[in-house]
Amino acid sequence: MPQRRAISSLDWRGSDGEPERDLILRGARVLDPREGVDATHDVVVRGGEIAELAGVGEGDAERAEVVDADGLSVFPAFFDPHVHLRVPGREDEEDLETGSRAAAAGGFCGIVAMANTEPPVDSAADVAALRDRAREQATVPTGFVACATRGMRGEELTEMAEIADAGAVGFSDDGLPIRSARVLRRALQYQRLVGLPIALHEEDPELSAGGSMHEGAVSAALGIAGVPSISEATMIARDAAVAAFEDALIHVQHLSAAESVAAVELAKASGVRISCEATPHHLTLTEEEVRSLDARFKVNPPLRAETDRQALIRAIRSGTIDCIATDHAPHSSDEKEVPFEQAAMGMIGLETAFSVLYTDLVLPGVLDLATVVERLGAGAEAFGFTAARIAPGAEANLALVDTEAEWEPGADGWESRSENSCFSGRRLRGRVLMTVAAGRVAYRQRSFAMGVAQ
Amino acid sequence: MKHLLAIEDLDRADVERIMARAASFAEVGRRDIKKVPTLRGRTIVSLFFEASTRTSSSFELAAKRLSADVVSIKAAGSSVDKGESLKDTIATLSAYAPEAIVIRHPFAGAAKLVTAWTSAAVVNAGDGKHEHPSQALLDAYTLLDRLGSLEGKRIWIVGDVLHSRVARSCALCFRMMGAAVTLCGPPTLIPRGAPEALGTEIAYDLDGLGEADVVYALRMQRERMNESFVPSIREYAARYQIDSRRLGPRQLLMHPGPVNRGVELSPAVIDGPASLITAQVESGLVVRMAILYEILAGGEPRGSGGRRADAELPAPTPIGEPA
Repeated sequence: MPQRRAISSLDWRGSDGEPERDLILRGARVLDPREGVDATHDVVVRGGEIAELAGVGEGDAERAEVVDADGLSVFPAFFDPHVHLRVPGREDEEDLETGSRAAAAGGFCGIVAMANTEPPVDSAADVAALRDRAREQATVPTGFVACATRGMRGEELTEMAEIADAGAVGFSDDGLPIRSARVLRRALQYQRLVGLPIALHEEDPELSAGGSMHEGAVSAALGIAGVPSISEATMIARDAAVAAFEDALIHVQHLSAAESVAAVELAKASGVRISCEATPHHLTLTEEEVRSLDARFKVNPPLRAETDRQALIRAIRSGTIDCIATDHAPHSSDEKEVPFEQAAMGMIGLETAFSVLYTDLVLPGVLDLATVVERLGAGAEAFGFTAARIAPGAEANLALVDTEAEWEPGADGWESRSENSCFSGRRLRGRVLMTVAAGRVAYRQRSFAMGVAQ
Repeated sequence: MKHLLAIEDLDRADVERIMARAASFAEVGRRDIKKVPTLRGRTIVSLFFEASTRTSSSFELAAKRLSADVVSIKAAGSSVDKGESLKDTIATLSAYAPEAIVIRHPFAGAAKLVTAWTSAAVVNAGDGKHEHPSQALLDAYTLLDRLGSLEGKRIWIVGDVLHSRVARSCALCFRMMGAAVTLCGPPTLIPRGAPEALGTEIAYDLDGLGEADVVYALRMQRERMNESFVPSIREYAARYQIDSRRLGPRQLLMHPGPVNRGVELSPAVIDGPASLITAQVESGLVVRMAILYEILAGGEPRGSGGRRADAELPAPTPIGEPA
């Protein structure tokens, strides 16, 4: 793989040609696990870069916007390697503007959009058109993957080399597995030519067919056909073996089951170039939520058993799971206000990711804050980008967070165009107040923005 | 009780109240004039998105015996065929201000979902493979009528448990009434996690069937063969069919209907003395009357904010007799 690129090399609306004021986040707790920083500083941003971590009150305030960050935390901004922006085709559910705004509101400075749109993104022209649009509409740097197979049909490869030249960041048939091991093998061979990662939605459709939820005690009680854990784990094992044989680089999307963690561990231990992600909802929710038959909890892969959730948490701690991704999947209410088995799969997640992990895992002491912050940024590396860091000279990608703030997701509306969140109505702790992406302020939480106007 | 959505939502007192009410309606059924005025002037909508003969006719007749006005809608030929969503269908029907909607739908949770879109009471007449509570209640009534009590009784439910809403509702209901339940069938047709989910024993063959006081056979659909759940109906029948050789003289036999003769049951046992199949259908009528009475006229006092209070409604009195 080539050298890691800067997040700002992705497409976004950028500076509009207007010079950005310098920014000082005064007296914030700066936590960057990668840089080994956890101390109180003035964070000085100048010309889109982090100029210095000064002593409190020492940052030079001339010509700068000064934000009183006393009691607040500054983290390297997050990067989501897995979102659905629904462009083209379902702009009623999301578009590049609303989706990237939702990302900024969640503290993300970069996102990678999946290609399972209507029609799917499977040509160089598709990628070029999306990149053009992102340069007009995206609030944060946005990358696009293209399908690995034409029309996402799993039969013939897309023109991967030409698509790579057009600026795709990788390939994925996400939403569907690549059913044929032969096709997968060809894609991984061809990867040598294009040098981009291939992200895999792992599910054996022979085992998962007809299923709407995790197969276990709850599906037995509800009489809903289940998706067994092994439909994911057996495909991971197969694809890891093929990747090892071809010395290819694969990224496994949305791990959900204990057996899958074991399969990834085994692959990593035997030297396969494999990375993987898990979502906030799989880390915090289980099949028990589905007892309500509330279609908001329908997602693919399904929410699994508590033992699976514990296995995912252990894998976050151990590093087996490389990064956290939201799999932000907007759906219209029409697709969710139907019986569970008929409902669309997926939930939005960008705006709640940090708060959910902080409330349900960090505050109860299950995971360290540093671990969560690090994994929320690590998704950049899965697609060959440098994760955000807080160090002099680094591109400014920052999330300013009030860990004490309590809020109710959705109570003041969503930045996303869709509302299918599992967390609306919950009281969550920890709120993103401001996001700096590629050196520019991409988001200010409304009430906070008024309070600090200088 | 505002709705009847699942046995899982009920407690034993609810079930016993419905049983007692059904018994009083059984007495009415033996009179010349079988109708009572309890629900006169009230509208009940029966909305079936799946084929049904006995459940739909039984609910319809139950409503008529209670003097309610009944609107029956089958999905075929209705606007559902034209792509109307469930939500819109319910909104349309709710404009007629029905007191109750009886709904059968091919997907789990449909009845529960409907409660959010209407002020009518909702009765689940089968939602996907989830629950079929009125069936379980009529089965419990049939058994109580015969045995007096289910306490300590052993009930085997035999067949395609995986695809059976009847099995789920019955297992929960029988257990609640004190019985021990065993689910028996080919391993491919017993859901993973069933013992934990339903509190039952599991058996993969009929070797232990002798312990059962009641054998409840489920309908075995022929299409299961094509989905590799069983190699053949012949092999299924050979291993799981309840016939007069397997059914002991003191064991009672039940089946929710319709029966596949010669598959899950041999013709001899269907018509044999142990069979409660006809009694089940008879119970269906009085139990469904009791269910409609319970949610529309009886049960606990209504809280404020609900539909209008029904405290002034009289207990069922046969038409033509002094009140």
